[in-house]
Amino acid sequence: MTDDREHYEAVVVGCGPGGAAAAARLADHGVETLVLERGPEAGSKNVSGGLIYAEESAPYTLDDLFDGFREAATERPITDYYIHNVAGNSVKTYDLTDLHEHDTDWCDAVLRRDMDAWLETRVHEQTSETGGGVLTSVRVNGLLREHGEIVGVTCDELEPIEADLIVAADGVNSELARDAGLMDWAEPEEWFQGVKAVVDMAPDAIDDRFDIGPEEGTAHLFSGDLFEGVRGGGFLYTNADSLSIGTVFHLDSLVEQAAEPHELLDALLTHPLLAGWFKNEYHEREYAAKLVPDSKKVAHRRPYRDRLVLVGDAAGQMQAQGPIIKGMNHAVTAGALAADAFAATRGNADPAAPGRRYTELLDDSGTMAKLRPRRYDLARTIGERDAVTNAVERVLASPIGPLAVGNPIADRLLQRAYNSPFLVSMLPDTKTGYVSLPTLIAEAHGKTIHWESDIEPPTLEERIGDLTYDTDVGNPHIELRDESAEASGAAVTACPVSARDFGGGCYRTEAVKTNGTEETLVSLDTQPCVECGTCAIVADTEWEHPRGGKGVEYREG
Amino acid sequence: MRSIVLTKGVPDFSEGAVSFDEDGHLERGKTPTVMNPNDEFALQAALQTTVRHGGHVSGMSMGPPGYGEVLQEAMASVYTDDSYLLSDRELAASDTWATAITLSAGLETYQETVADIDLVFAGFKTADGETGQTGPQTCWAMEWPIVTHVIALDIDPDERTLRAKRLVEGDLDEIETVEAPLPCFVVTDPEFEPTYRTASHRLTHKALRSETEERAAEHDDHLTTWDHTDLNLDPDYIGLDGSPTIVSSVDPIPKAPSEREATMIDPHKGMSDVLETMQPYAAEAGE
Ligand SMILES: Cc1cc2nc3c(=O)[nH]c(=O)nc-3n(C[C@H](O)[C@H](O)[C@H](O)COP(=O)(O)OP(=O)(O)OC[C@H]3O[C@@H](n4cnc5c(N)ncnc54)[C@H](O)[C@@H]3O)c2cc1C
Ligand code: SF4
Repeated sequence: MTDDREHYEAVVVGCGPGGAAAAARLADHGVETLVLERGPEAGSKNVSGGLIYAEESAPYTLDDLFDGFREAATERPITDYYIHNVAGNSVKTYDLTDLHEHDTDWCDAVLRRDMDAWLETRVHEQTSETGGGVLTSVRVNGLLREHGEIVGVTCDELEPIEADLIVAADGVNSELARDAGLMDWAEPEEWFQGVKAVVDMAPDAIDDRFDIGPEEGTAHLFSGDLFEGVRGGGFLYTNADSLSIGTVFHLDSLVEQAAEPHELLDALLTHPLLAGWFKNEYHEREYAAKLVPDSKKVAHRRPYRDRLVLVGDAAGQMQAQGPIIKGMNHAVTAGALAADAFAATRGNADPAAPGRRYTELLDDSGTMAKLRPRRYDLARTIGERDAVTNAVERVLASPIGPLAVGNPIADRLLQRAYNSPFLVSMLPDTKTGYVSLPTLIAEAHGKTIHWESDIEPPTLEERIGDLTYDTDVGNPHIELRDESAEASGAAVTACPVSARDFGGGCYRTEAVKTNGTEETLVSLDTQPCVECGTCAIVADTEWEHPRGGKGVEYREG
Repeated sequence: MRSIVLTKGVPDFSEGAVSFDEDGHLERGKTPTVMNPNDEFALQAALQTTVRHGGHVSGMSMGPPGYGEVLQEAMASVYTDDSYLLSDRELAASDTWATAITLSAGLETYQETVADIDLVFAGFKTADGETGQTGPQTCWAMEWPIVTHVIALDIDPDERTLRAKRLVEGDLDEIETVEAPLPCFVVTDPEFEPTYRTASHRLTHKALRSETEERAAEHDDHLTTWDHTDLNLDPDYIGLDGSPTIVSSVDPIPKAPSEREATMIDPHKGMSDVLETMQPYAAEAGE
């Protein structure tokens, strides 16, 4: 340890749910804890759908850790849960409340700016008591090493800081996890991309149109043929005075289909089913996007190295349980367990002792089993074998398909199957689950909606124009390493703020003539970037987050 | 470190309510007053000193009783521990000289009744008729060294010295580093930027900021007002009577002429016309 370097017992990077839980629990244990958050306020960089689950089986939930959390920081409790199978204007709705309530103590809709900012204030109060606190607008840019061993962090804004424990709670595209060599940003099939709009709606209009009480909320999911065959689905959640409407797609599927994420979101927003709720009024407060890791594939089984532990999205701990997305709750559990592991191994001379204990706690609490279900690993080998998938697809497409799916018994069985956490966790990531089956269900059992939607969502240009940016002029946070269309062209469509034939986005293509041959090159302007992380995976870039306090600032999240 | 920040109220031009009396004196009582925007940099320098070395910051101002609000603004917007207002009818309409005498009396009274001062910070001059002399004159009266146009500051509490980066002639192109013993006057330049490069400094800064905001909400509890008897000042040497400078009249600033001579160029004849038109001027410039 160097004398003139600052030292804290624990440094927590990121003040999302994972970092907040870790820091609060560390303070409970009397640990001197410094929290570093790159946003100007916690939540200003964050997006979720967002339903936060308190699982009965979870060792920690946010209201355990933060008194008054639900009253102060959430929107509405979610009391009803539906999935809509869509084929054109035909919709078949299943009630998924049973699945939603399975192992659920409570579940609330949240908006991340408000939620995380509230958490930040509490965390600052608690960590101040033990000699630390929360600092915002500080970006950690790497790990501090001595003799090859991780001993702290380096920042854009501060001198290097040493710590006995470093908690990387820096979310998806964790620069620390990558620096430690624990995660890579290589394979699109390991990620989802989420895109979301927050839409105004008065509280009594919400109660009325969704047939709920003022203290109730509802969740609607959408799958079937409304997304051009891209694997994924849509969601709509009720907040206090707005709706969160979004889509979550497998990134590899988005890339394969060269689909435009904002157009897929618009396909949902303009579906006649939603017109019934909008009643021709549509005011979008915010457009947002972020990557989501798929824990089934990337949840790290030993998420630590030396004094560094990874929690939450940084460790890939984001569970897509069929249509139900659980990331925030697992980040909370993991953060708190990492803190407990540090407290339990305090005084142990081995710097990796907390990490090892944390790994054990993830296993013993059953958390790792949820993130990486064995059932899925088994099913995956079948699900991903093209031959089997093709066979199932062929059956569904054949005259027998509608017959098998279409009889009344199948209808009841299907609703039950959707509500089975066991079956849902086995769903392979094929088109069958997301598109073919829901489409067939809707065709066979659906009711046809006869009205049309008049909603015109904002253009991409308007959406970018409505966002708040503090641009770090002359200091772009992403650099294109390879400008060729083969290496980086996928970003032109996959980037949620870029599109073919749109000059105002981040990525665009240009035809360049050299020596008589014409070549298509990709160019990048990071000004409208929403820091979603997509091009870190699908393009050849040198990808970093902007400096502390710079870049996009979400007001809703 | 014990710092005093001299803050000054200026008419709030944004509200357009500035009024002068018949003799051309500014009627401060009738004009809404805000803190001199440049005082923010002086306050920032004092806060930086406190964050790095601990200590105490007092805001000090001279003016009518309403100037308490200026000191409150200083406390709320940046940082002070308490406020001292030098206020007395006898002090009205002081010029910079009389102001400097009064302020130096304030500083001396402070040293006698409160604590020894290490640093006095003042902001750069303002646009309300201030001449930029008050700081240096106050300092001269105190017989302390002064460093002006300061853009960065480092203090060595053990050696009791300061090291400052300052703009030579107020020019960004020329920066010099100077050292001075404490106690010392520091006039900050609007280019002054506090730097906090360690987490503990930032945490202290954050804690001090939230304390000062809370304190400012109850500003009256932290405000001390001194009149000329508290300050041991002879009324003949202060206020209008003690002001050797007489402002004879205030002239409105003339507007820049808005007329320009424009020559129309025939677009069909193109650039050759432009060149021809410009040639005489180019020749003139070349001479
Ligand atoms: C569209 C969408 C829908 C979703 N729906 C749901 C849902 O319904 N339910 C659910 O539970 N989950 C949902 N998720 C996932 C959920 O948002 C994440 O799993 C969760 O936010 C992870 O929490 P975290 O604390 O690990 O990371 P984050 O919440 O991402 O927090 C990371 C924090 O670290 C900060 N940070 C990052 N890098 C640095 C750095 N270098 N230096 C300093 N600070 C840094 C960030 O600013 C951020 O505050 C959804 C995600 C998306 C995108
Ligand atoms: S430039 Fe990259 S990180 Fe930024 S919004 Fe586009 S895809 Fe996301």
